[in-house]
Amino acid sequence: MSNNAETKKVKEPLIRIAARDPLPFWKSWGIRIIAFLLAFVVYVLVVYAFTELTPVETFKYIFKGAFGTTPKRLFGEITLWKTIRDIMLLFGVALALTPAFKMRYWNIGGEGQILIGGLMSIIIMRCVSPYIQDPWLIVVMAVCSALAGAIWSAIPGIFKATHNTNETLFTLMMNYIAIQLVAFINIVWEKKKGSGTLGMINADTQQGWLPQEFMSKIVGDDGYAFIVLFVVLIAVFMFFYMKRSKHGYEISVVGDSHNTARYAGISVKQVIIRTAAISGAICGFIGFLIVSGSSHTVSVDTANSRGFTAIIVAWLGKLNVFYMLLVSAMLVILNNGASELASKAGLNISLSDVLTGVVLFFILASELFVNYKLIFRHSKREEA
Amino acid sequence: MEINKLSDTIESDVASVTNDGVEKCKGYTPAIEFRNVSKSFGEVRANHKISFDVKPYEILALLGENGSGKTTLMNILSGIYYPDEGNIFINGIPVDIHSPQESFKYGIGMIHQHFKLVEIFTAAENIILGTKGKQIIDMKAMRKEIQELLERYGFELDIDKKIYNMSVSEKQTVEIVKMLYRGASILILDEPTAVLTPQETEKLFSVLRRMREHGKSVIIITHKLNEVLEISDRVAVLRKGEYIGTVETAQATSLSLTEMMVGKKVDMDIKRTEPQNTKTRIKVDNLTCLDKYGVKVLDDVSFEIKAGEILGIAGIAGSGQKELLESIAGLQQTEQGSSIKYYSPQDGTESQLIGKKTKHIKELGISFAFVPEDRLGMGLVGSMGMTGNMMLRSYKNGISLFTNETVPRNLAVRVLNELEVVTPGINTPVKRLSGGNVQKVLVGREISNNPTVLMTAYAVRGLDINTSLTIYKLLDEQKRAGVAVVYVGEDLDALLDLSDRIMVLCGGKVSGIVDARNTTKQEIGLMMTKVAGGESDDE
Repeated sequence: MSNNAETKKVKEPLIRIAARDPLPFWKSWGIRIIAFLLAFVVYVLVVYAFTELTPVETFKYIFKGAFGTTPKRLFGEITLWKTIRDIMLLFGVALALTPAFKMRYWNIGGEGQILIGGLMSIIIMRCVSPYIQDPWLIVVMAVCSALAGAIWSAIPGIFKATHNTNETLFTLMMNYIAIQLVAFINIVWEKKKGSGTLGMINADTQQGWLPQEFMSKIVGDDGYAFIVLFVVLIAVFMFFYMKRSKHGYEISVVGDSHNTARYAGISVKQVIIRTAAISGAICGFIGFLIVSGSSHTVSVDTANSRGFTAIIVAWLGKLNVFYMLLVSAMLVILNNGASELASKAGLNISLSDVLTGVVLFFILASELFVNYKLIFRHSKREEA
Repeated sequence: MEINKLSDTIESDVASVTNDGVEKCKGYTPAIEFRNVSKSFGEVRANHKISFDVKPYEILALLGENGSGKTTLMNILSGIYYPDEGNIFINGIPVDIHSPQESFKYGIGMIHQHFKLVEIFTAAENIILGTKGKQIIDMKAMRKEIQELLERYGFELDIDKKIYNMSVSEKQTVEIVKMLYRGASILILDEPTAVLTPQETEKLFSVLRRMREHGKSVIIITHKLNEVLEISDRVAVLRKGEYIGTVETAQATSLSLTEMMVGKKVDMDIKRTEPQNTKTRIKVDNLTCLDKYGVKVLDDVSFEIKAGEILGIAGIAGSGQKELLESIAGLQQTEQGSSIKYYSPQDGTESQLIGKKTKHIKELGISFAFVPEDRLGMGLVGSMGMTGNMMLRSYKNGISLFTNETVPRNLAVRVLNELEVVTPGINTPVKRLSGGNVQKVLVGREISNNPTVLMTAYAVRGLDINTSLTIYKLLDEQKRAGVAVVYVGEDLDALLDLSDRIMVLCGGKVSGIVDARNTTKQEIGLMMTKVAGGESDDE
């Protein structure tokens, strides 16, 4: 009798969320594509609310911002090349975070590791270029930048391995140290007194610059072909490193359970430090690519928040190399397109952040529906 | 002391088992009464028609082996589970307890084994935490109240000490005072003495007695028989989810309680072969290990593991079984003076394993198979499929930088077919498989290595009877193939039917090694709770 009374007293919540079995491939991607389309409906509405641009105009500006205006000479177009450069750099940083995240080691210090790599490249360009010439100068820069990034990332790694410190806080703090170091160098070596910037290093000799006219016959003059080439190489490396190598296997085991790793005779400490260093080395190398291949200078904005954006890329891409490339492309195209939109409509550049936020919100929300199902109160009653 | 009573016949002890209450507390309505309480988890009957009561002015010991349903019952009382059937009466009134808060409203205070205290707060701050009252905290008045409580029950506690500076015993005191401060009249203590020294236990008991004098009801969950006999007024016994009976402590003995706790032997249809050509494979001498608090979890343990036989290890959970196996597997820090010698089956050469890690043991060419207690957290990689898990022990072989997938994939298919693992595919993450299939994957991998020693911890825990029999059969096959098998178990029936010799651990010490063919459940049960047969090592 008390049992009956009790079922009435307990009020069932209106909606309950329960984990669901893995969906078939087409269903889960169906949900994601629907979310993406819904995102664009809201996107267009937001743009209309602020600028009264029609959907067609909106997409025209996005296209222009991302790909440029002259489809006839598509690959000679500077806007397109910048977009490709940005995609590849973001993708590169996401690749760098992949092994660390797979190990459940939250390296959010990509930003600082990129900056330290870039700073190292600049120091070598400035101080060593009289003694060593291209191409060796570039090789030295690349190696030293990667090393600097590796060390910058290994420091929190060592503390994590030996003292179990929190790597999230530690790597984040390392970012600020790197930013301050770069700011310091910018003042010590400033080009014009009071400017607080370095200006382009070796602007006259172009020593330590990745040659931009590489493959210019095919793709036009303003290519960042080297950046593309190197990031693709990193991607291939990372694919096999994670999927096929013994190191990659160890990383997966450590990420799943430290106890299992110990049981299998894996040195957890060694794997943590090694993986942190590899993650940092690639970030440092990306720093070198930015400096040597594109900016030829370093400032606190050199990393351009890629160390943070890449975290989203890595998660949305589920640490899968191909998905991460797709997500990088999507984010960069949206961002560059929205910048164009904002400037054409005479709005603040922050509009692009708002719009990117709209799309990300929908995509992240779609993951809820992929992994969980909603159970409504009345549907449950019918069952019973 | 109790040893002297061993001569009493079991029959006369059982006669004292009674479902009636005790004279002493007559006249009081029971503080708690369980009436036909049942709770099932799927197929598993955790509690089946349990009925007993606890009176004010009484300390009741709830006794039972691991998995007998004590924790489930107490979780029902504290509102974590809701019973499938039956009623709970508090002070004679039927109640529905839906949440820990409601349980508290009825004056039930549960003290768990793992304390729930804010480390950076002082004792006093923890004690008042969560009590309802005015917005402004009158610390002075509250401190006075707490001090009064401490004096009334004879607690020794510095209420301004921070929790992180406290010993385990002090933390426990804070937990108890916290419950009393909130007005609990029924206290449940889950294994309260497991973490205490004998002196601290004595202090706790005197506090419990003071509480009894003040009319509180105390339920103490334990498997230490000597403590049951020392502190409790009555003992309620559960076995395999069923209520066996309640006895007055004054009329109980270690033997009679053990009899109630373990019951009559049930034959399990396990085929045990006679050991042949047994040879010493591992010799453990004076093995001592400390836990992270510096308490000895293994104390001067010496024994031999022989090829061609199954050594069963019995003991209450947490008596050092885990550390024992992990010491041999090279996963446990051991103390000075410990020795673990391995004798190679080929030429009998001797190697000292102390100070060697898993990796080094493997480099010596020793093939250990180890099925740990925590299957997914230690033995397997939950997020990987069968193939990935098959290479866990062997992925490093060879000098190539890359892993070889063909061999583990073939092995995965073989294990899948031979042990009839039910899985959607060999690449489905093993954490999605059912417990029995997870265990088959783990055991399958471990015996595929042609081990010379096979160690298993709770190999059949949570498995259905058929899967359990499959595992027993595999262990026996390994024994016949000349492997030295170690079987740490909790089901005494299975231990008796499967093992050749049984070593019993109690509190990190060996309380005896017996021939499994010539012993009884009662004998093992008594040894598990420290009362070694014949020898009088009672403190």
